[in-house]
This record gives sequence, C-alpha cells and structure tokens, in this order.
Amino acid sequence: MDPIKRITKQQLFLPFFCLLIVLLINLIKSPTFFNIGIQHGVLYGRLIDILNRGSEIAILAVGQTLVVAVSAGTDISVGSVMSLSACGTCMMLAGYGVNSTTQLAVPMGIGILFGIFLGGLCGAMNGALVAKLKIQPMVATLILFTAARAIGLLLCNNQITYIRYEPYKYLGNFIPGCPIPTAIFVTIAVIAIVSILLRKTALGLYIQSAGINSRAARISGINSAMICFVCYVICGLCAGIAGMVASSRIYSADSNNIGLNYELDAILAVALGGNSLGGGKFNLAGAVVGAYTIQAITTTLLAMGVSTDQAPVIKAIIVIIIVVVQAPTFKEWIANTEAKRKALAAEGGQKA
Amino acid sequence: MKKLNKFSGNTVLLLITIVLFIGMYAAGCVIYSAKGFTHVQTFLNLLITNAGLICVACGMTCVMLTGGIDISVGSLIAMDCMILAYGMGVKGWPCIPLIILILVIGLIFGAVQGYLIGYLKIQPFIITMAGMFFARGMTAVICTDQISITQDMNPMFYKWANAKINLPGFLGYVNKKGKTVVPFIRPTVVIALLVVAIIFFVLKYTKFGRNLYAVGGNQQSATMMGLNVKATKMKAYILSSFLCSIGGICYCLNTMSGSVQQALGFEMNAIASSVIGGTLLTGGVGNVIGSLFGVLINGTISTLVTTNGKLLSSWSNIMTAALLCFFIILQSLFAYFKNRNNR
Repeated sequence: MDPIKRITKQQLFLPFFCLLIVLLINLIKSPTFFNIGIQHGVLYGRLIDILNRGSEIAILAVGQTLVVAVSAGTDISVGSVMSLSACGTCMMLAGYGVNSTTQLAVPMGIGILFGIFLGGLCGAMNGALVAKLKIQPMVATLILFTAARAIGLLLCNNQITYIRYEPYKYLGNFIPGCPIPTAIFVTIAVIAIVSILLRKTALGLYIQSAGINSRAARISGINSAMICFVCYVICGLCAGIAGMVASSRIYSADSNNIGLNYELDAILAVALGGNSLGGGKFNLAGAVVGAYTIQAITTTLLAMGVSTDQAPVIKAIIVIIIVVVQAPTFKEWIANTEAKRKALAAEGGQKA
Repeated sequence: MKKLNKFSGNTVLLLITIVLFIGMYAAGCVIYSAKGFTHVQTFLNLLITNAGLICVACGMTCVMLTGGIDISVGSLIAMDCMILAYGMGVKGWPCIPLIILILVIGLIFGAVQGYLIGYLKIQPFIITMAGMFFARGMTAVICTDQISITQDMNPMFYKWANAKINLPGFLGYVNKKGKTVVPFIRPTVVIALLVVAIIFFVLKYTKFGRNLYAVGGNQQSATMMGLNVKATKMKAYILSSFLCSIGGICYCLNTMSGSVQQALGFEMNAIASSVIGGTLLTGGVGNVIGSLFGVLINGTISTLVTTNGKLLSSWSNIMTAALLCFFIILQSLFAYFKNRNNR
C-alpha cells in the first residue's frame, strides 16, 4: 500500500483533515489567528477560545459516541438534558423561586452533584426505554428532547436564575492564578475517566460487540440490554457535566438557551470522527477531535459574521455530506463506477 | 377468531385514544364549566388552533406507516411562515405566488429527504434532523426579526385569516347581554378536514396507500412482492413535506406572523399525535382518524393548561411528552404480548 493511501485509510484522517482545512482558511483570512497572549493573567487567543468553547461539545461527544456505538441511534435529548441539569443545580443553589442570589442555599458541591445526578437520571430513563422496551433510540430520546427543557423551566419557576457567587464561575471560566480555562481540565478529566473505563475494563469490547450484533452478543453471554443501559446513563452524565460547564459560564440557568442545538453538534462530532452512525466500532479520540473541529467551524462562522441562528444551515449540510459519503449504497456506487472504468480501460487495452 | 385477533391489537389503541379524548374533554367541561369550556365554540377553537397540526400529523402518519419518521416539520413550518411574512410584510409580494412557492419548496424539500432516505438508505432520523436544523437556519437567514402580517400589507391574506364560516345558530349560546353568539369555524379548518378526508381515502383505497402499509409491515416481503420500496418511501416523505407546507399556511393564517422561534417543538406534537392515535412506530399500522384524535387530545391538554391560567405553559409540553411516553410503552407492551402469543 502506498504511503498516501495508508494515511487516508486511518480513522482519524477525516477529522484531522477537516480541522486542518478550517485552521488553514482562518490563517489565510487573518494571520493573527494563531496568536496566543496573556491578558490579566490568563491565556488569550482564538485557539484557546476554540479549546475552551469546544469543551461542552467534546464532553457530549464522548457520551454520544458510546450511545451511537451500542444502539446505532443517537441521543437527541443531550442539549435539553444539559439545560435541565443546569436548572436543577441553580435551583438547588439558590433555593426554589429565587431568581438571583449571592448566598448559596446548599454547599456548591451538593448542587453540582445534584445537577449531574439529574443528567444521569435522564440518561437512565432513555436507557430503560431503549434497552428494556426496545424503542428506537431517537423516538425514546425525543420525549426528553421536549420535556427536559420544559421541566427545567418549571424548576426555575419560569425565570432565569442567577448565582452571583464567585466560586460557581470557576468551572466555566478561570480559577484565579491558573491561566488555562477550567473547562479544558474538566474535558480532559471526562475523557480520561471514560477511556480508562473502556480500556481497563471489558466495557469497550462489550459495547462494540453489542453494537455490531446485539443478539450474537447476548448469545455469547453479554448482557446487551445492560450494556446499552449503561451507555445511555454515561451519556446522560456527560450531558449533566456539560450542562454544569455551560451554566457556570453565564453563572445562571437560562433554560431556553443552554444547550440549544448542541445535539446536532454532538452528533456531527461523532460522525466527523469517522464513527459510523450505524453502530458497532467506535473511536473516542476521533469524536473528540471532531468536536473541536465543529467548534473551529462555529468560531470561524461567527468570526465571518454569520449569526448563531444561521450557523445550523452549514452544519446541517456538512452532516448530510458526511452521512451520504458513509452510506453503503453510495460506497457501492463509487466502487461500481470505479470497476466499470477499470473494465473499460482493460478492454481498450486489449483492443489496442 | 380472526376478527377477534385483529380487534385485540390495533383497534384497542384507537379505542383507548377516543375514550381518553372524551374523558379529558368531559373532565374539562366539569372542572371549567364556568370558564366556557362547555360551549361548542371551545371545541371548534380546538380545531381552529390546531388546523396546521392536523395537516402535519396526517403527513407524519404516512411517513410513520413506512417505519420512518420526519422531525423536520416544525422547522419547515417556521420557514414557511417566515417566507410568507417576509414576502408579504417586507417585500410586498402578492400572496398567491408565495403560497405556490411554499408548496413547491415543500415538494423539493421532501424529495431531497426522501431520496436520501429511500435510495441511499440513510436513517430517516439523521436526515430529517439535518433538515430540521437546515430549515430553522434558513429561517434565520431570511430574516432574524419577528414580522407580523397586518391588514395594510396584504388585505387578501388578512381577509382569509379572519373569514368566518358560521354554523347553524342552534349550536350557539346566549351571552350575558342577551345576544346569541353563533359558533363559527375558519377556512383553515375546512382545509385541515379536507386533508384528513383525502389522506384517509388515499390510505384506504389507492395503490399508493396500500404500498405504504406493505412497506412498513415488512420491507422484505414488500420487495419480494415486487413493490418499489425505495420509490414508495421517497413518495411518503414528499407527501409529508407537502402536507407540512399546507399546514404551514394554515399555521400562518392563525398566527399571522413569522419568527425564528416559531413552531418550536412542533415535530414532537405531530409525532405524539400520530403515536397517540395508534400509529405504530415500527410502521405498518395506523390511520389518520386516530391521528386526528391524537391532535385533539394534544389540543385539549394545552387548552386545559391555558384555561387554568395559573399553570406555566411548559406544563403542556411535559403533559404531551408524558402521554407520548405512556403510549410508546403501551405499544411495546402490545408488541411483546403479540410476540409471545405467536411463539
């Protein structure tokens, strides 16, 4: 195999390639893109911004990858669950019905754990519907896609709850004295924990086998339903953590806007990472790189003056292109035309 | 024996739906009789406000019969409303060409989605989700402001929106001033009920309708029978998007405005209506009469929430989601028992 083909065959090729193109476009448009400086004692620059803002998508993508791998469907409730857990945390911290507070009602740790627990609970509900009742993943998660945001509004008494308490802002911004955004550490921690879980236990292998053929996996002694359930719970927990980060950034719970359109970003990240949306084999690293690629695209679009409402158009087109290229029928068609071309060439050669 | 067997599964779901609707409405009548819930007009308002949803739910039912799903409908409606509002409000174009434009856009939108789903065999959810974000984004590309259509902008459209079709007077009631208030419906209701009738006829008596059931029931047998599964699926999505465009016009006639945030979560209502109406998510079972009742249940929930006045509007979302959850679980229980009986 020639070296170029060996590189393009790599699973990580697609996300890195896209990332490279996006960065290149940025470099041409504004040469100051890669500048990194220090302002007010913290790191500052576009690249840092991408790494920082991409944290939520990266965290969501980790959970989403597992869900896609195990059930060949996606969890479209992640954005809403993010908003629900943010609302839950703020409700706990501020007390019900209070819309702005400088004094916490309960210790911060308990509030944050409650938020993440809510995420896990949502994941468990999705998991139970998918794994036990065998409902298509997207229909099952559609329930929370609509309901979670509404429940969040109820928890916050239909208003935006502000937590004006300095340490609560650390998670989404900076810890004093540390120049690197805290969200990056959170992302690294989540990725590390999940990859250790996958590498050091047999969970990763189980997920793949359940995703490739759930019946065969069950017959060979794997509790497919349980594995599927666990994946959804992990996805819910990830959404909860992402919700914490998003809420901490704006030190409030804005149920209508936190996590809006994030489900598309998360799914896009998984697809861009070279993971088949048909389930089975998965690559966590690919999804994470994919997530940062998405964020780079978003940042570029915003820098070019496209509004946040309009950005989904381009992302939707990218999703369609990726899934079309991945589609077996399309691959077959390409292979057929290639074979025909070769056959024609061979015929021509014989005649000559 | 055969008849009994048929009765046990699908008809029961439909019966539950109808009983649930009547029960809910009766409960509403008892609790809120002082607030005018017992008037015929309240029921007609249910139809008027949900005319768009009825059209969309019919399309959704057709797609779900093939075992697919279309979650782009809410955004497509937002885009339709925006095109109408922007075209009439900002550009001052006449409404007939705009309506034709919207219908054509619906056809093209459905054709693209249908081609990708039917011929390239990509999961319907992924494609229609991309379509959902695409349409919502396009709405923002057209205009990010909220535009209202007023009488000066387009008198004709305004006249359509406010046209009343009076029903016989004996259905009315006498108000406090001693005047008889005659119940009325709007033209959108006629459109919606016409759509239901046509789709009911299509599903029951045409080749295309039977094909939809066959494809959803068992794709492999349908292929072996010589049906063109790919084309049938594609047609289903075209029909859905087209009906969605009609629904969009009805919706716009109701709201008379266009904004990016419009019809948010509408796909959920449409899917819930179909599922509550007895359409199986796995495909092959269902009809539009059930979906009509599904829409009515949906409408009753939100009417109950608004009539109460104290509850937050998000309660109607939660209630719908809970009801959807309940019916999905019910469906899978039915499927489970059916499987066990077959064994």
